Amino acid sequence: MHYNSPVRPPLVTGGKTLADVTADVSRPVENTPSKSWVVALIASLVVFSFGFYCVFETVWTGIGVWGLNKTVGWAWDITNFVWWIGIGHAGTLISAILLLFRQKWRNSINRAAEAMTIFAVLAAATFPILHMGRPWVGYWPLPLPNTYGSLWPNFNSPLLWDVFAISTYFTVSLVFWYLGLIPDFATIRDYTTNKWRKKIYGALSCGWTGSSKTWSRYEAVSLVLAGLSTPLVLSVHTIVSFDFATSVVPGWHTTIFPPYFVAGAIFSGFAMVLTLMLIARVLFKLEDYITIEHVESMNKIIVLTGSIVGIAYITEFFIAWYSGVQYESYAFVNRATGPYWWAYWSMMTCNVISPQLFWIRGIRRSILWTFILSIIVNIGMWFERFVIIATSLHRDYLPSSWAMFYPTLYDVGDYMFSFGLFFTLFLLFCKFFPVINMFEVKTIIKTDSAKKGDHK
Amino acid sequence: MATGKDFLVGVFDDEEVLIHAVSKIKNHGIKIHEVYSPFPIHGIDDVMGHKPSNLPIAAFIFGMTGTILALTMQIWMLGIDWPMNIGGKPYIPLPAFIPVTFELTVLISALGMTGTFFIISNLTPWTTPTIFDKRSTNDKFIMAIDLSKNTEGSGSITQALKESGASEVNSKTLES
Repeated sequence: MHYNSPVRPPLVTGGKTLADVTADVSRPVENTPSKSWVVALIASLVVFSFGFYCVFETVWTGIGVWGLNKTVGWAWDITNFVWWIGIGHAGTLISAILLLFRQKWRNSINRAAEAMTIFAVLAAATFPILHMGRPWVGYWPLPLPNTYGSLWPNFNSPLLWDVFAISTYFTVSLVFWYLGLIPDFATIRDYTTNKWRKKIYGALSCGWTGSSKTWSRYEAVSLVLAGLSTPLVLSVHTIVSFDFATSVVPGWHTTIFPPYFVAGAIFSGFAMVLTLMLIARVLFKLEDYITIEHVESMNKIIVLTGSIVGIAYITEFFIAWYSGVQYESYAFVNRATGPYWWAYWSMMTCNVISPQLFWIRGIRRSILWTFILSIIVNIGMWFERFVIIATSLHRDYLPSSWAMFYPTLYDVGDYMFSFGLFFTLFLLFCKFFPVINMFEVKTIIKTDSAKKGDHK
Repeated sequence: MATGKDFLVGVFDDEEVLIHAVSKIKNHGIKIHEVYSPFPIHGIDDVMGHKPSNLPIAAFIFGMTGTILALTMQIWMLGIDWPMNIGGKPYIPLPAFIPVTFELTVLISALGMTGTFFIISNLTPWTTPTIFDKRSTNDKFIMAIDLSKNTEGSGSITQALKESGASEVNSKTLES
């Protein structure tokens, strides 16, 4: 009944027992926070506060404070939006797709990755809301009866599809994440000695007891949610890519966009998971749960998706030439050799060349290399979106309309706002929630001991 | 039931032992109230006699509701209530309606199924859980036996629990 591949090293090291898992994961919740955590929280709150000031100014004065002009009408805002949404995709990939594929190494990283998804979608959502200019009427894209007719939203528009895709994605991810947290909240409820924690985690755990009947239903629900989330996550970035692909702007009007965006999303998402987890495993002493094997597995996915992205870049170039459309060819040659050549070559270096280093086993299993490369990949993925968005726009059809985009303080500040929000939420999550999915890790510990035959 | 119900609580250290114990206890003709574990045990459904959950069927029905709602909404809004000429395109362009239809199918299916699960399992923030042993969410596997539903006495049930591998047997009275 138990399957355990003999060639694989154990997923959790240190000879942990079931009680050890509870104690280790509940420790940050039970103890007073460490100094490094407080310093990190203050740092992200400072970034958040500065960002909040910039966001306030953006809303108060209007989006004229950004560096946009008549030619480049979309720049950092939508770049940041696509970047954050893409980062979120790794969480769903780990929690849903790897569950369907029965990849047990996902068990110790899925909780934090799903949390990252939710916070990344929140960070992403700030940008379209800000770009609306009047966030207080941000509910207008919803099909609500109104006094203008009723005038309904245009369901032919990919921007409206995006509204539905992102809000569905956020809701389903939140439900999936919370469902996974319930048994672990119950564990903390029964483990803690503090009266208030007992009450709060008791309410959060919804009276979970772990009866066999509930577990049976629970597993059915998890499996169906994973089955629903898998096409959902693929649809979300597909629809995000439709924002560009359904337009007639050379450089955007590309049928390769959906698969290429999805691969890029998973690529950048795994890089962000690595950045966060490499810090969290040291801060919260989780080295036995997030091992080098986990890091290596994620790096393998980065090589795969990074190579897909690289092939997509080359294919775009080839098709631009092969199509014989002069506007298309110009857009791509201009990308590589025009005024934004530095952005294009930063993207190529960070996304196509640097992840290829992960073919070398030593680099794949090195914490330092992984950390550096994970940040480089995310810089590269930000440039990818900037290159697609800004360089396709800055050379309009009429040379008299040609322009450049220069970011202002508020472009930078609003981006910092999303960082502050993301890291503040993630740090609070690390302190108050079980960072590792305890009940799933307990199942793999059992599988390991069953193999050794010491379970009787 | 003014005085409460008496239960015998068998504590097991390992889920494999528990699975065999369930069969053994059942063979003694003892009725098991419920089994509690810190993680889902594979194979427990068969020995406990749980039928596969119907929740996936609920998910399908909710999903179809979402599909129909989304299509009806879009066709009515753009095709019937206020048809608009957008570049001479059809008033009811079905392919353009698919993304929103798909998203609403997933949304209503996921929310409906999860909501049903919470309701039928009585999972609400104000539910007071019946906890036979606090360690059942940590590292122990618990078998609860309702004495009022069994004809055998507590002595012979304790004996049977010990024989099938329980490391402790405690008695517990639930206030009702």
